[in-house]
Amino acid sequence: MITYLIKRIMWMIPMLIGISLISFFIMHLAPGDITSTEASFNPKASEESRQRLRETYNLDKPVMVQYGLWLKRIVQLDFGSSFASHQRPVLWQVKDKNGNISKGLIQEALPITLLINLFGIVIIFTISIILGTLSAVKKNTWVDKAITLFVFIGFAIPGFWLALLLMYWTGVNHQWLPISGLHSLNYQNLSMFSQLIDLLKHLVLPVFISSLSGLAGISLYVRNGMLEILNQDFITTARSKGLNEKKVIFIHALKNAILPLITIVGLSIPGLIGGSVIAESIFSIPGMGKLFYDSVLMRDFPVIMGILTIGSVLTLIGNLIADLGYAWADPRVRKGIIK
Amino acid sequence: MKKFISNTLAMAGLIIITSVLVAAITAPILSPYDPNFIDIESILMAPSYSHIMGTDGLGRDVFSRMLYGAQISLLVGFVAVGISTGIGILLGSIAGFYRGWIDSLIMRIVDLMLSIPSFFLILAVIAFLTPSIWNIMIVIGLTSWMGITRLVRAEFLSLRNREFVLASETMGSSDAKIILLHLLPNSMTPIIVSSVLGIASAVLVESGLSFLGLGVQAPTASWGNILTDGKEYIQFAWWLSLFPGLAILLTVLGYNLLGEGLRDILDPKNKQ
Repeated sequence: MITYLIKRIMWMIPMLIGISLISFFIMHLAPGDITSTEASFNPKASEESRQRLRETYNLDKPVMVQYGLWLKRIVQLDFGSSFASHQRPVLWQVKDKNGNISKGLIQEALPITLLINLFGIVIIFTISIILGTLSAVKKNTWVDKAITLFVFIGFAIPGFWLALLLMYWTGVNHQWLPISGLHSLNYQNLSMFSQLIDLLKHLVLPVFISSLSGLAGISLYVRNGMLEILNQDFITTARSKGLNEKKVIFIHALKNAILPLITIVGLSIPGLIGGSVIAESIFSIPGMGKLFYDSVLMRDFPVIMGILTIGSVLTLIGNLIADLGYAWADPRVRKGIIK
Repeated sequence: MKKFISNTLAMAGLIIITSVLVAAITAPILSPYDPNFIDIESILMAPSYSHIMGTDGLGRDVFSRMLYGAQISLLVGFVAVGISTGIGILLGSIAGFYRGWIDSLIMRIVDLMLSIPSFFLILAVIAFLTPSIWNIMIVIGLTSWMGITRLVRAEFLSLRNREFVLASETMGSSDAKIILLHLLPNSMTPIIVSSVLGIASAVLVESGLSFLGLGVQAPTASWGNILTDGKEYIQFAWWLSLFPGLAILLTVLGYNLLGEGLRDILDPKNKQ
């Protein structure tokens, strides 16, 4: 187990180097010099800020040297500071000479996106295990067909369109739910408990939108997994021992069908993070997705590079946790019988 | 063919996709107005006999814009998937046929690409280039070839040591001949299925990008950017949001149904 862990962590190093290379390559896709593109899209950029950009990225040096210097900075977690939002640091807070702390953009945005995605993952799991199992157990009945229809529509529906419709219906027409931001205007005056309720109400729509396609995918996955397992010998054995059907399904079959989901969660992390762009920008939620979108519109290069790198690192960490979780949950892997 | 007709899913998908295709081809004939014609006197008109899907904030006819939007949706879907399938077949064949270090290298690049949130990657590239329909197709294609690469490689690995392949090798056929004549034709089923499903996701990504204003640029009509207007006027003009959204939903559903249906039909295991 320990050797596996060490191997698995060592493996992340070449991946991190690869990610940094791709991020760096993208920055050099811009026709000509990024200082000129930046200037042409953002007329407010002064000659001074262009000069700073050239210095930050050492644009006067050869490409390899530029990459080396950039890599050296990001290894120290220094992603520079944003152009668009008053020189705020991209990643983490810094103290200036007067002792004023300016918070990092990612530092503020990341917890929000993580919160939404954690909620999302919990919901995806609970509902898709229920739907998938139900669909498999009631195979070829109307229940199965209705769930399959839901899965196909969940795959095909554009999230931003559903978001618009829900905003209109629940927010504008009926005023059941707030449709933008994370807090109401009177948030400061509310009690602790009402603040929590207020936050949760603001999260309902964004969490629903960002988890819908995952919900569809994983329901289908659970259904197929269950169908396969229900045909296996040990299930027949359990049944012929005279166990009742509920015990067979919930104790014997479900346990085995859920196990691979740990890996699936790891694999779905980049999709969840990427998908946050649409949900967050529609509902004006100040998370990573909206920050990224705003930075793309402003051509705020340090922030774009920072989020791209941090987003990928998060994916790697998520995959690592999923792999370890799988190894831990499967007794065969845990005891070193299979790799 | 008989199997195809009796497969309801595949038929439903095919009918939807054919309708989109017909709409796109006949757009110049069918559309009652110039899609970019701005008519200040008929701004935000509800659907009526003269404008069956209403008009937008600039008085343009939504039905005409929807028809031209179908062209964009098809173009982006096919070109993007053409690029990703091309790359996937090339890299997957090399990895699966030659194995060894080149296989490890290609598979590590696949792992790497999969660990970068692809929507972030696409947006970042668009930020550094400029948003245009060509850039979008290329970017979507270049960020979605990993699945097909893995598929082709897996097929090749399982076919590589089969007798007909070894026989051809013994007879002195060149590598290219073995790949093109024996391995690829026998791997076509998963490639076709995953390409069709790939078109569905390319259409979704394009509409999302256009909706965010980073895709197909005005005045060119795309379903995504009609929805951007829809968002603006959602309180007074439901038709601006309803029709393009439905069109995207149905088209994506169509490709998914067709893909899943083809998987059932082409799978030799389902021969009963």
